[in-house]
Amino acid sequence: MSQKVLDAIVAAHASAVDRTESQHGDEIAWIKRDDLVAVATWLRDDPAMLFDAPVFVTCIDRLDWHPTGRPPSEAWSEDKPRFEVCYQLRSLTHRHRIRLKIAVPEHDPRCPSLAELWKAFEWQERETFDMYGIRFDGHPDLRRIYLYEEFVGYPLRKDYPKEKRQPLARRDDLLINPLRSKEHDRG
Amino acid sequence: MADPESLRQLVLGRKDVGDPGLGDEETELPPDLMTVNMGPSHPAMHGTVRIVLTVDGERVVRGDIQPGYLHRCFEKESEHATYTQVFPYTDRLNYVSPMINNCGWAMAVEKLMDLTPHIPKRAEYIRVIVSEMSRITDHVTCVGASAMELGAFTPFLYLLKAREWFYGLLEKVSGARLTHSYVRVGGVGKDLPDNFHDDLTHLLDQTEPVLEECEQMLNHNKIFRDRMAGIGAMSRADAIAGGCVGPIGRACGIDYDVRKDYPYSVYPEVEFDVPLGTHGDCYDRYLVRIFEIKESIKILRQCLVQIPDGPFITADHRVAMPPKRDAYNTIESMIRHFKHIVDGIKVPAGEGYAFVEGGNGELGFFVVGDGTGRPYKAYVRSPSFVHLSTVPQIMKDHLIADIVPIFGMINMIGGECDK
Repeated sequence: MSQKVLDAIVAAHASAVDRTESQHGDEIAWIKRDDLVAVATWLRDDPAMLFDAPVFVTCIDRLDWHPTGRPPSEAWSEDKPRFEVCYQLRSLTHRHRIRLKIAVPEHDPRCPSLAELWKAFEWQERETFDMYGIRFDGHPDLRRIYLYEEFVGYPLRKDYPKEKRQPLARRDDLLINPLRSKEHDRG
Repeated sequence: MADPESLRQLVLGRKDVGDPGLGDEETELPPDLMTVNMGPSHPAMHGTVRIVLTVDGERVVRGDIQPGYLHRCFEKESEHATYTQVFPYTDRLNYVSPMINNCGWAMAVEKLMDLTPHIPKRAEYIRVIVSEMSRITDHVTCVGASAMELGAFTPFLYLLKAREWFYGLLEKVSGARLTHSYVRVGGVGKDLPDNFHDDLTHLLDQTEPVLEECEQMLNHNKIFRDRMAGIGAMSRADAIAGGCVGPIGRACGIDYDVRKDYPYSVYPEVEFDVPLGTHGDCYDRYLVRIFEIKESIKILRQCLVQIPDGPFITADHRVAMPPKRDAYNTIESMIRHFKHIVDGIKVPAGEGYAFVEGGNGELGFFVVGDGTGRPYKAYVRSPSFVHLSTVPQIMKDHLIADIVPIFGMINMIGGECDK
């Protein structure tokens, strides 16, 4: 549907685009992590692109990725980046859509933040951080949003068991609690 | 023991400003900012959401909104459920308009299976009918509840009476009053009940006067207008960058409706208008919602005329359950039934984002399939969550009392926002 957008991105930012693909009418462009902000700014401001409306941010954890009916080479392996951060954008003027994907390796789960460009991504990046532990560089206020700060781990990662329970940490059980007496801490 | 006067001052945190013995300086409120918790359990907070307000007297300087009290792990649970088992979970996202959520999920799965062009016409019409009925219940609840929070109790009762009629009819259709789980991948669960045509026509005829009554009570009501007009206004540019869609975006003048801009189902075959606001304030949001109810009634009337006969679910064996009679009598159908229930619908590996116009705006499901019967990932783009993120910005410099209409008109649905 929006193949011309993909062509335009490749034409304008050939070095920043890893590859492009189309699935079920959705256009996907894989962007190199370091070039994301430049490409996104261009997508927002270029008159032929004008991606003014943010749609969503999320992340795909490929840890358990063994698709049936596809060649084994597509399965996730240690040397492939584990996370894919997805940014979906839409243009109100031109009615085209695009999904930007950024490959993020497991040992360095960082991604540049686009919250400065589209305000709506501020909370959605916080949600992605909360659920997947992706750290968004340059985010103005990167805190957990659904869960509480004392929560350990990132629940939507594939290695977080669904049945795992965490007792709700009480503030007065925590070491940082200023109300606890010094004597108690020493004991 | 402290004397009662200083104790009173301690509790109230301020001096008794009515005391004639105090000078001008002493009666002033303390100049420093105060932090107040609003919620998580507050009568005016739809659902459970906590706002940590920094206030200067009555004026909001900063508000930190903390959702998540209703987080029920929709996405994690979906990864462990079959595609069909996700429908009951989607009911509980926006529990005021569950049918639209059902349709959104079904469309996402159909997109991955390339089934979208093969859905029977009748099923598409039924989906539009139930979606529009849900949209009416959603808007009616939003308007009624907001009016009640501003002190107008009568419209609330009138509108909820109308909502109950719709719930009654939806119960007739699906078997459940609130959590319908009616839509299936490939169509809908069962055909419309007998006399549905007459019931719905009667219902719409009954609803229109109720709507008119409520408009008469609210549109030019002094209190209602004073509390709504000019409150929580947002510029068009801010609304776009903030991701506002649906009634809130349209109140700001963003001409975007998924039903018109990315038409799905049979929406191209019905005629309806998309109302737009000019100021982007709470009053515009209210008016847009009222207009949309009327447009939904228009769509419903057209659908009742245009709906064709035919199957209500596709015959595609990959998604449709065999008829019960066959499942009990032939071994092949029984095995198919068993595989369908236990393994689920086999969705080929791939990903897709399908979105519908929900009660609050673009409701999208981003689904990644890995060839098994369970989604590898299911993400919901919940409009409430995105809209709520704009609230800290729009409630700035308003009074604490203005948070109530702002929240009412943002129509944050806890289940959808917190997933």
